[in-house]
Amino acid sequence: MLLELSSIRKSFGGVHALLDGTLSVDPGQVHALVGENGAGKSTLMKIVAGMQRRDGGDMRWKGESVDFAEPAAAHRVGIHMVHQESLLAPHLTVAQNIFLGRERMSGIRLDRRGMIEAADDILQAHHFPVKGDWKVETLSPAQKQIVEICRALHGKSSLLIFDEPTSSLSDAEASEVFRTVHALREKGIGIIYITHRLVELEEIADRVTILRDGRTIHSGPAAEITTAEIVHHMVGRDISASMQRGKETPGETRLKVNLPDAEFELRAGEIVGMAGLIGAGRTEVCETIFGITPAGHGTVAVNGEPVDINSPSDAVAAGIALVTEDRQRTGLAVNLSIRTNTTLANLDALCTAEVVQVSKEKAVAEQLREKLQMQADSVEQKASELSGGNQQKIVIAKWMFRDTDIVLFDEPTRGIDVGAKAEVFALMDELAKQGKAILMVSSELPELLQVADRILVMREGELVAELPRETTQQEIMHHAVTQ
Amino acid sequence: MPRENSVVQRFLPFISLAALFVILSIVSPYFLTTTNISSVIRQTAVINIMALGMTLVIVSGGIDLSVGSILAFSGVVGTMTMVSTDSVMLGMVVGGLAGTLWGCVNGLMIARLRIPPFIVTLGTLGIVRGLTLVISGGLPVVGLPKEHGFLGEGTIGPAPFVLVVLVACVFVAHFVLHSTKLGRYTYAIGSNEAAAIYAGIPVGRFKVAIYAICGLLTGLAGMIETSRLMTGQPTAGVTYELQVIAAVVIGGGSLTGGEGTVIGTLIGAFIMGLLSNGSDLLGINPYWQQVIIGAVIILAVALDVARKRRFAS
Repeated sequence: MLLELSSIRKSFGGVHALLDGTLSVDPGQVHALVGENGAGKSTLMKIVAGMQRRDGGDMRWKGESVDFAEPAAAHRVGIHMVHQESLLAPHLTVAQNIFLGRERMSGIRLDRRGMIEAADDILQAHHFPVKGDWKVETLSPAQKQIVEICRALHGKSSLLIFDEPTSSLSDAEASEVFRTVHALREKGIGIIYITHRLVELEEIADRVTILRDGRTIHSGPAAEITTAEIVHHMVGRDISASMQRGKETPGETRLKVNLPDAEFELRAGEIVGMAGLIGAGRTEVCETIFGITPAGHGTVAVNGEPVDINSPSDAVAAGIALVTEDRQRTGLAVNLSIRTNTTLANLDALCTAEVVQVSKEKAVAEQLREKLQMQADSVEQKASELSGGNQQKIVIAKWMFRDTDIVLFDEPTRGIDVGAKAEVFALMDELAKQGKAILMVSSELPELLQVADRILVMREGELVAELPRETTQQEIMHHAVTQ
Repeated sequence: MPRENSVVQRFLPFISLAALFVILSIVSPYFLTTTNISSVIRQTAVINIMALGMTLVIVSGGIDLSVGSILAFSGVVGTMTMVSTDSVMLGMVVGGLAGTLWGCVNGLMIARLRIPPFIVTLGTLGIVRGLTLVISGGLPVVGLPKEHGFLGEGTIGPAPFVLVVLVACVFVAHFVLHSTKLGRYTYAIGSNEAAAIYAGIPVGRFKVAIYAICGLLTGLAGMIETSRLMTGQPTAGVTYELQVIAAVVIGGGSLTGGEGTVIGTLIGAFIMGLLSNGSDLLGINPYWQQVIIGAVIILAVALDVARKRRFAS
């Protein structure tokens, strides 16, 4: 037995993050850890990795009771964590990040070239499309995740903890991660794998542990439990994850996009999916339409009228909203309250002579909080204190209040749990029913097939196919990867 | 338990100010006299009014190092106008406009050229000071109309007139920052500029407005300074930017943006004023005063950081 956790407890202030965290990992075993956001997965893993101290319970490493005061203590015995949120130094190169804290020296000088070569070796060995001398700030979220994985791989590890390694990856890239995980398992390394993508479990998990509200609800072999049972354990209730949209005839054209590499239109009442690998240019299309990176050539028309969009404020004025792929960076001012974030894009509607009518504002925020079932003490709570799913609801609430005709969703379900996903889909469905036109960019093909009325496929910056809703994952992938 | 702590710590600036006030009343018989309190108010009014504008700038995630130079520029052009037209009112308006104009220049360069505020205002700190010296020929402007003295030295009943000006400015600044759209956007930009842009807010335009307001208040402070000295000094306000930033920071403003309040800044400026006044009254060597004030700045921020860290975990 490599690691044994029994009845780990941890609370912050008066809040119990963990009440009974119990699981064990053998060498050469992939142990999946699942649960909704706030179930205590991250806290439990932070305790294992020495980033938090436990309040109670027993933690044994190779049979001996241990307590890691700091991450370095966990590193010494061979426990490494691949972080979900990027803990990389953006101004340094990939190689500098991988070797951070254990730089190779040549005499008294840093062995720059040696480190870049070594980093390239690691990257190439796993077929990761990243180079050692690239600056981390230029990388996409997916590529940053790759660097994080390399950083952990690089150390001498007996136990690796993956915190949602595939949440920002396309299926092709995700399968690359699976291959890496399999290879590590062959070497006898124990792996704890936190994920929200339950479909992955079949592929890689040997054992599954399910946490709910800080307690281990179930722990057993992966082969003996179905996905439906897992979902049931996670949320404590049955949810119909399979929302089926009725087939309705779309209305008039809301958005017509004529870019050199992408021509398409969105019609009222429609949810149009957009698939493609990471880096295929899906986010770029959204950001061009939204005025972040104005198009040099090409035109955009809203409700039949050509519009000139040079900034997000132009786009919003024209009736276009963007739910960004990165909530923390571009979606929310996380240090501000739910109320402030909810009304930020439509403050004019609440102003009389430049003065914000706070009582009206509170009523609006409160109403949306209830409608979207945000789990929060009050609308005055800071956005940063909420789970990913609830944060996403704030972003959606912000645009619902602005009431634009067109809403672009870029990876709307990233990092949110099963229950919240279903709620987000229901909201998208409702917006479509109100006659809005919706574009949904997603790397989760099953989600696209479930939600979208038709699916656009991007490849290497170009729109290459438009498929009906009856299409298959294989068909989409075929267009996404082949020439 | 942690919540109670945070309440105590949130009001820490106010508690410190009150404690300082009580201690000084006890240890020095001269402290709690009308003359002395008036003098503290007069001395801190200039820094205080500038700090109100700086609060907006710092909450928006920016910084303005040029305020000391703008204070001198406004004072010089304002008093020159007074001398040549013999109109105090016109001089005040010109002084205020000059400050606003330089604020706009700062804001435009920050918003349009996308140069960090620290660099832009480091540049204008030199440019504006140099131009002030050029315009004045390096000599103070003298022969101001006598009525101009009322702004800085006059009294209404027992209260110094500048107190009235300060209170009015505090009310307006508080209202702007906490009740208007501009104030809301100031917090949003400072908290997460990218998110503000993605919400469709014309961030550049609001930044110009924020720096313009800071310039306007600095111009007003410049006129108060000339009224107290009864000259327009081209060398006035050197290193004031540091005192102004210190007042905002002691009052809970964060240099990373998104945090800070007008009331906090007011308290911060008075803490600095009382420390210097108290040191004078107790006969503490002015060299040591600098040491004390420097230490207080670090202590205030350290406590604030500790509070946030505890609250976060």
